[in-house]
Amino acid sequence: MSYQVNEKGYYGDFGGAFIPEMLYPNVEELRSRYLDIMQEESFQEEFRQLLKDYVGRPTPLYFAERFSKKYSTKVYLKREDLCHTGAHKVNNTIGQILMAKRLGKNRIIAETGAGQHGVATATVCALMGIECVVYMGEIDIKRQAPNVARMKMLGATVVPATSGSRTLKDATNEAIRDWINNPVDTHYIIGSVVGPHPYPDMVARFQSVISEEVKKQLQEKEGRENPDFVVACVGGGSNAAGIYYHYLDQEKVGIIAVEAAGEGVLTGKSAATSALGREGIIHGSKTLLMQTDDGQITEPYSISAGLDYPGVGPMHANLFRTGRGEFISVTDTEAMAAGLELCKLEGIIPAIETAHALAIFETRKFREDDVVVVNLSGRGDKDLNTYIEHFNL
Amino acid sequence: MTLQPRGFGTVRFTTHNMNRIKQKLQEDPQKKLLSIYFTAGYPEIEDTLPILQELEKSGVDMVEIGLPFSDPLADGPVIQRSSEAALKNGMTTNKLFAQLEHIRETVQIPLLIMGYFNPILQFGVEKFCQKCKEAGIDGLIIPDLPVEEYELQYKDIFQQYDLLPVFLITPHTSEERIRQIDQISEGFIYMVSSAAVTGGTAGFGQLQKDYFSRVSKMGLKNPLIVGFGIKDSETFSAATEKTKGAIIGSAFIKHLTENGTGNIQDFIKKARD
Repeated sequence: MSYQVNEKGYYGDFGGAFIPEMLYPNVEELRSRYLDIMQEESFQEEFRQLLKDYVGRPTPLYFAERFSKKYSTKVYLKREDLCHTGAHKVNNTIGQILMAKRLGKNRIIAETGAGQHGVATATVCALMGIECVVYMGEIDIKRQAPNVARMKMLGATVVPATSGSRTLKDATNEAIRDWINNPVDTHYIIGSVVGPHPYPDMVARFQSVISEEVKKQLQEKEGRENPDFVVACVGGGSNAAGIYYHYLDQEKVGIIAVEAAGEGVLTGKSAATSALGREGIIHGSKTLLMQTDDGQITEPYSISAGLDYPGVGPMHANLFRTGRGEFISVTDTEAMAAGLELCKLEGIIPAIETAHALAIFETRKFREDDVVVVNLSGRGDKDLNTYIEHFNL
Repeated sequence: MTLQPRGFGTVRFTTHNMNRIKQKLQEDPQKKLLSIYFTAGYPEIEDTLPILQELEKSGVDMVEIGLPFSDPLADGPVIQRSSEAALKNGMTTNKLFAQLEHIRETVQIPLLIMGYFNPILQFGVEKFCQKCKEAGIDGLIIPDLPVEEYELQYKDIFQQYDLLPVFLITPHTSEERIRQIDQISEGFIYMVSSAAVTGGTAGFGQLQKDYFSRVSKMGLKNPLIVGFGIKDSETFSAATEKTKGAIIGSAFIKHLTENGTGNIQDFIKKARD
């Protein structure tokens, strides 16, 4: 059994391309060409070079000694927080901007929630001198002012999404509408492993550089390529897809996905999609999503804007349904405490998204000789205000 | 088999069991058809039925009843807002079927339901189709259900309940794909006028005229009905010069927003002139 996408664009029961006909030419163009383009030698060369010289890869695989001691197991942190722009998001935007150039597109659109993907997109557009429009929920624009300023400094136009709940899902709707209105010259850089096929697979492939590096680095440090567990937080699931990728079909490697419980899974203020979601269609993909009995998509909640999405990528929906992945949810309070603990033990301020993945060690016990690799997907600079408020700093 | 209500005299004899959309498309080859889209449960939740009755009285040929959805990807602000308002009013799939239960006692024109796929999937596709059949619905337009998925999983169910599947084409749809969609479609092809979400106000330029003309010469088995950007008699005439009909959506919803359910006949009369 493979947990990779099949030739029809499905991960088990999930995936596909449920898109209006207006998007068909764009999505079909991408579907029919993305694999060939990614395999071109010149593409690979340019992609690798930029990841090395511009993003700063490979990122370190760091043995967190004091953290490991506290939880009596061996914890490695994959330092995606050290990437240019502060998170793993840029791996994907570098890949997609090169893809867009080869498809002959001269305008880029993107959606963003907390602003990390928006910043990563604006960054690569500045790098390539391509026009960039980022859709962002009106509410998120107010919550994430520094990232809005960053995008503007990088030359992007930030357009407020004023429809629906005015957050990430509505920003995504607006970006899709823009793509319908601009079907020829525009490429849509989706920020996660969501959306119609081939997006989930394409984004996962660009992020797979993470697990590719872990294999080599672990060989050097532990004398083996495979850890016992890989752990990541999951909103849409792009950093998780990146660290799982080369281990998906290695069943001896345990896969742990950490979702945001918000104020608690059953409080009505949560983003734990695996626990609360049912099969449905969101943004062109069949997956698990939070919705009413009547099929209306509901608004999730998490203290972390990056996990605040009512769906989950189809790869992860399949990992959940098949039992290949172990899904754990972590509350706001637990995540914030884990974030602060990493600061104190290791001198690293993590993004609040990432802090969710670190919080599981309080309850999920590992053996002393287990090797557990946590994807440290982003740094916490962007979250300082939330940390300040939460801890009265 | 469910029992069909009996029609009258010779009409019943000649049209027995024929889908109302097919019948309408055939009855007068010269006539350009006017179809109206509106969101069920808007402006007020109980307006669905009176709007349908007024539309029939106004001489509209066909109606698309919009099932509101929280995330209408292909729609512009007007339909987004009407969907949001309808959901706030308490509109649900069950509620819509309850409103439509006796619709065929007063309304005889062809009726389609247009809605995004997720609410239908949650209701259960087969149960949804069965309810449509019981209410007297003639066809379904589901913009985010692509032909590939339809053929693979849902074609048999649509056919079992005599619901015509209507698919969209756009100015950027290739000739090969238009032919593929024509093969699978029954009734008519929904021709999206331009590369834009609903509610565009730009009018039709040479680009659209060329597109209408190009597709109309393809010799397709299904007639073409144009939607998106039709708002008055001028755009209606331009859209139907080479096609069988046109659909007014956002402009009608704007009318409802401003006037409620009054003056529907005036609006339709003006659009026809």
